[in-house]
Parts: sequence; structure tokens; C-alpha cells
Amino acid sequence: MALALVATSIVILALLWEVSWPTVSEQLERRRAGRARVPSLDIDPGRERRAEQRARQLLRSCVNDEEWEMYRDLGFIRVWGALADGLERDHGGTVATELGAPYAYLLYPHKPVVAYLPQTRELLNEYCVDFPDETRPYGSARLPDSDDVLAKWMALTGDERRLIETANMHLPGRQVDPKRVRRDLWRLQEWERQRMRRRARADGDPAGRDSETVSE
Amino acid sequence: MKPGHGEVLLAEGDIDVRADEEALVEEFRRQLELGMWAAVPVSAPGGRREARMVRDFADVPRDADRVIFFPRAAGGC
Repeated sequence: MALALVATSIVILALLWEVSWPTVSEQLERRRAGRARVPSLDIDPGRERRAEQRARQLLRSCVNDEEWEMYRDLGFIRVWGALADGLERDHGGTVATELGAPYAYLLYPHKPVVAYLPQTRELLNEYCVDFPDETRPYGSARLPDSDDVLAKWMALTGDERRLIETANMHLPGRQVDPKRVRRDLWRLQEWERQRMRRRARADGDPAGRDSETVSE
Repeated sequence: MKPGHGEVLLAEGDIDVRADEEALVEEFRRQLELGMWAAVPVSAPGGRREARMVRDFADVPRDADRVIFFPRAAGGC
């Protein structure tokens, strides 16, 4: 009789254990997770903003006044092409650029460099270029916007050929909307007109005042 | 220039002081070995500004007030 009771008790205990174990296990896991030390994430929300502010100061100290004001007001910088032999067709130029027609680039932050002909506003190419930091063992964060523009400006004015040979060249419109570029070229033209008027006015030239009166 | 940080001062010193010059040369070489490009912003005729890429410390103009290191360009997009 006693043996039967013991056996029944064991069976009951085993069944109870089987039924209650998932619940007990879950509660133990929760308790463990609740007591676990959560690693604090070292996120500084102002870091990127401060980095961009420093980058803007650095850019301003490197480029001339016109380029800085262009970037501040329009969000891009125009750099004139300066290859002695002109921009060859192999590198995205045209017959005109090979013969010496002036060409220029628009530098946008984190967008391809856009080459164009200022006289006709014809878009020539997009040059896709990045500045990845190979020193980081785990991928690469982006340069601040103004640093990216400055890196392009330095690489282009310092060694134009090397930059365009390094970049991946594509037809216009692959990354940057041609409509946007043409609009930016129009904005640039207007911006230059206004800047010239302001300078003429500052120099006391009445022509600056007259041209403004006529056009406005 | 450093991704995520912007401008970082690596080294500074007086080029006419021997110890400073050695420290600057050492840092210059270290940056190039890390694969960075070095440039010195200079004034060009006509009020233009441009960068001069330098591959050796001896190429840095003596009157340059700074050398900027930035990640080497690579084809992107």
C-alpha cells in the first residue's frame, strides 16, 4: 500500500514538474534578464553636429570667399577644370573640352562630382568618389558633409587627373537628377549676378545700382 | 579629417625647432602609411585658392601653417 502511494506521488510530482517547468523557466529567465547589467550606449547626439560645425570652419579657412559663400548660400561649390590638355574624351570630356573649352565641376556633399560645360550648361558626367577611412577596423562612418566637399575640393584642385581617374564615371542622371543640376546652375548664375551687384554697390559703382533697378 | 569626428589635431609644432620637426615628420609618415592623402591649401594667382597634394614632408612649403590629411579617394556609388 505504502509503495503504491509513493509511486503515485512520484508520478504526480513528475507530471507537475513537466507542466510547471516552462513557466518556472520563463520566470527565471526574466529574473536573470532583469538583474543583468545593460550596457550603456555611448551616444552623443551632438557629436555629428559639432563635427559638421568644425568641418564648416575648416572648409571656410581653405577655400576663397566666393567658394565659401557659394557653399553657404547654395550648398555646393563650383570648381573650374584645370587640366592643361583639357578634359579628354576617355575621361568624360568632349571634342570641345579637348580643344580647350572651359569646363567645371559641381561639388555636392556625399553626391557624385558633376562635370559640365558652363557656356552651354551641357552636363558631361558624374564622377562617383568616396573617401572611406581604411584605418577603421569595422566599416567606415561618413565624413561630415563639409569635410566631404573639402576632400573633393582638395583632391580636385590638387590633382584633378588622379581624382577623375580614381572615380567611377557615369553618364549624367545616374545619381544626381539632371533637372536639379540645371536648376542649380541657374541658381548659381543668379547668385553670381547678385553678388556682382552687391560688390559694385559696395565699391560705389552706380552701375551696380542701375542694373539692379532695371532687373528688379 | 576623420569620419564621424571632423577635424582632429594630430600634431603641432614649430618647424624650426628640431624636436618639433621630428615629431611632425613622424606623424606625417604615420598618416601616409595609414593610407591618408595629405594636402596643403595655398593661394594661387588671381585670388584663387587651391590645394597642393604632398607625398613627402620635404614637399610641404616651409611657410605652410598646416597639412590636412584626409582619407584616400576611391571609386564610389
